[in-house]
Amino acid sequence: MLGVQEDSPLNPSHPNPSLTQRQPRPLREFADGARDTFPMMVGAAPFGVIFGTLVTAGPLAWWHGELMSLIVFAGSAQFIAIGLLAGGAGALVVIATTLIVNLRHLLYSATLAPYVAHLPLRWRATLGALMTDEVFAVAYARYRHTRPGEMGPHYFLGSGVAMYVNWQIWTVVGLLFGAAFPGLQALGLDFATAATFIAIVVPQLAAFRYLAAAATAGVIAQLCHALPYKLNLLAAVVAGVTVGVALSLRDHVRARRCSEAAS
Amino acid sequence: MSYVLILLGMAAVTYAIRTTLFLFGERLVFPPLVRTALGFVPVTVLTAIIVPMTVAPHGGGVEFGLRNPQLVGGLAAVIVSAATRRPLLTIAVGLAVFFVWQGVVMPRWLPA
Repeated sequence: MLGVQEDSPLNPSHPNPSLTQRQPRPLREFADGARDTFPMMVGAAPFGVIFGTLVTAGPLAWWHGELMSLIVFAGSAQFIAIGLLAGGAGALVVIATTLIVNLRHLLYSATLAPYVAHLPLRWRATLGALMTDEVFAVAYARYRHTRPGEMGPHYFLGSGVAMYVNWQIWTVVGLLFGAAFPGLQALGLDFATAATFIAIVVPQLAAFRYLAAAATAGVIAQLCHALPYKLNLLAAVVAGVTVGVALSLRDHVRARRCSEAAS
Repeated sequence: MSYVLILLGMAAVTYAIRTTLFLFGERLVFPPLVRTALGFVPVTVLTAIIVPMTVAPHGGGVEFGLRNPQLVGGLAAVIVSAATRRPLLTIAVGLAVFFVWQGVVMPRWLPA
């Protein structure tokens, strides 16, 4: 029914996919990446349509909307920009807001950087352009079971291209027929994205320090939900990571004391 | 200013944020503390996205209760994932519970 198969690399019961993949199979990995992204393509579809519809209702020409999806490819930032432009905001405000809304992607690239560092520049330049919340979640869920440099770029690329093409299609649908789909958001299709994120996150919470970090982030994200420009996400990450690092340092100190006492 | 120039500015800023660290390649080496911190980024940012989506699906305050299908479906997904660690099963059960709750259970048994 859904894109992720039980032998999927998202499945932590296969902790080391490299053992079963001695020969890299680019096409297969590309397809796996696209397949594992499928539920989130469903989740993003209504937002693409709603974005297209908003463009036709605002001051931009339809092709401005499609151009934005093609060259910016960042859902939240695109929605906020449309709102700002409709309100007559200036270029600097729109671009600075885009920077703030997308700042979390800097953390994504820092997290994934070790896994792509060995690739040629053209690969790194391409993969970075395709990185959204969803692509990051899927790519990291796969990479975290491998050592840096062990895995090729095709899985990441498959996820990114799938998400990119999906976003373009639904933007066009919204631009052309958006008015024909009222109440699209009420269907709750974006729950597919939440369910996939849950399937990715929960298996990573086995150790207490990860559980504590995630719980902190969840609480802070909700408490700060009124902050503009998705700043609640950044606040949540800062708080959660701080808790996680503090617990890691405590564990580290304890382990050292134990080994000193033993020797 | 032309809309096209604004769009190009948005694209440049977004691309720079996403790619700059990738462009350093193997010259980029994080100190151990930063590596430890980055290890917590995936679970924290994804949880920070999940919680408001499920606990407050209409963007406002929290909606604890049985009339929130996102919350019911999300809890079902968490339980299945914790028990089985199987992604497909987690997503399938989460979506099934969500849609059945929203489409059948709430209209029939949980009138507003």
